[in-house]
Amino acid sequence: MSKTVPDIAAAEPAYRSGRVTGDGPDYPRLIRPDRVHGSLYTDPRIFADELARIWYRTWVYVGHLSEIPEPGDYVRKNIGLQDVIMTRDADGRVHLLLNRCAHRANLVCEAGRGNSKSFRCPYHGWTYRNTGELIGFPFGQGYGGRGTIEAELSLAAVPRFDSHRGFVFASMAADGPSLTEHLGEAAGEIDRLARLSPDGEVELTAGWLKHRTRANWKLLAENETDGYHPQFVHNSIFSVTNSPIGALYSDKSAAVTRNLGHGHSENDLRPEFRRVGEPMRWFGTTPDRVPGYVARMREVHGPAAEQIMIEGAPHVMVFPNLFIAEIQVFVIQPVSAGECVQYSTAVQLTGAPELNRRMISQSVGSVGPAGMLLADDTEMYERNQRGVAMLAPEWLDLRRGLARERLDQRGLKIGTATDETAMRGFWSHYLSLMEAA
Amino acid sequence: MSAPAGQDLDLRQIEQFLYAEARYADEHDYDAWEALWTDDAIYWVPAGGDLTDPAGQMSVIYDNRNRIATRLSQLRTGKRHAQSPPSSVRRVISNIEVLDQQGSDTIVGANFVLAESRERGVEMWAGRVTYRLRAADGQIRLAGKQVLLVNREQALPTLAFLI
Repeated sequence: MSKTVPDIAAAEPAYRSGRVTGDGPDYPRLIRPDRVHGSLYTDPRIFADELARIWYRTWVYVGHLSEIPEPGDYVRKNIGLQDVIMTRDADGRVHLLLNRCAHRANLVCEAGRGNSKSFRCPYHGWTYRNTGELIGFPFGQGYGGRGTIEAELSLAAVPRFDSHRGFVFASMAADGPSLTEHLGEAAGEIDRLARLSPDGEVELTAGWLKHRTRANWKLLAENETDGYHPQFVHNSIFSVTNSPIGALYSDKSAAVTRNLGHGHSENDLRPEFRRVGEPMRWFGTTPDRVPGYVARMREVHGPAAEQIMIEGAPHVMVFPNLFIAEIQVFVIQPVSAGECVQYSTAVQLTGAPELNRRMISQSVGSVGPAGMLLADDTEMYERNQRGVAMLAPEWLDLRRGLARERLDQRGLKIGTATDETAMRGFWSHYLSLMEAA
Repeated sequence: MSAPAGQDLDLRQIEQFLYAEARYADEHDYDAWEALWTDDAIYWVPAGGDLTDPAGQMSVIYDNRNRIATRLSQLRTGKRHAQSPPSSVRRVISNIEVLDQQGSDTIVGANFVLAESRERGVEMWAGRVTYRLRAADGQIRLAGKQVLLVNREQALPTLAFLI
């Protein structure tokens, strides 16, 4: 069966690690409680360290089980720079395989998605079952016939993966914290999204937009729960649509920014939605316009349905690459220090047909390369990337709201709607990973 | 650009219309461009290969007439950062063919190549456009425009100008 990827983080060459040679990046000096250094976004050595210490070690979001519902289904995904195939075998079990033939390293899977029991390498015809097992190699006598090389030359399997509410995360390290430990408080936010489905299930089946972004991936991860920018970056669309979203991110807003730990963070908009107290307001509609959905939610949740429909969906960044923005899911794929790809799709809630088409329509208007929201965020990322290459003042400032940060009832750090509490949480966790031996 | 109602459009008239539409888009003449569209218009830039269910799948752009108006209103604010300043754009349209006649609508296909320049750099865009043209009140109007980008399967850079 599949062999496991060697622990890339453990095998990291000494030249990549400043802590070994003494001349590499000094992370504690670059990452301070109230500021971070511009080189973190531009230095290719730091990007190489991130691949080894974050993307190929910690838990990374890969894909969703709803993308491979049937036996034989597969979809191509990424972990850092790695090209992986997420498959479902004949018994319904899920596999995460590296897309690299064990013979001459050709890609064994070219299609983005499909259904197949096996993958046949186009180069010399080696064939693998969708479990990763080698089942065919033409002119086999050259290897001594059947039953010789199969055990040794399978597709590599990603060492660990696990899922939460269908969201599949993977770690390229054989050992480490469990997914449950990694997600921590963020798991509850994914649960909150799933709870908006009368069936308790989310599907990501509407297809993906892919947006090439000439900026470091961390500028995106930081921006996702930055409540300071919407009034400025998105004023053009808020003003022409009379959108109430801008007001959620202001000095008058009761919303809070929360450091969920492990690099995760959220803009918790519930205080604002509770204050208004209208079911479905979070989705910009009213119960009488989606009667079937409201009836089913009341049937499933009883009296608790009202609160669920008042509080709405989460706005949560799951370190390092999954962002759930109420009705959209974004995935960040790093490409180099100066480039990444943003994937985006609309959330689909099973058992909620009245909402699903509208979620697609709203998402198409908002996100992706032409999105009336996200294209402007992306313009900011790309201008920011040019800015961080400037030599002075060297630092990006993170101090907003530091003095007024406090702990909530769960002991988590919170700031106001526009404070940089989330970014400080991101960098604190980032530093702990980059410093880990 | 005038056309007698109830009569097939002449290819020369069609070309004149398509060139004008392209010029308005290239020159960010939002008012003139918006005036071309019918009330039931669809402006569609698909993502990926599935063209069967635009309401059930993500698209790069899938605008009805209201959303075309919103998109243009946002551009007119001057604060649409992804188009502030506007991209410098020029396109060439070629291989123009009348593909079908559907009631009062004429379906026209064409290929295009477009250069977009911003501070970020020059992007080359290319693809297939399918237009749904309608002759009404002596004018040609645009009832549909589908833009199939040659690189729609790949990650696309920001596309904030009118394609």
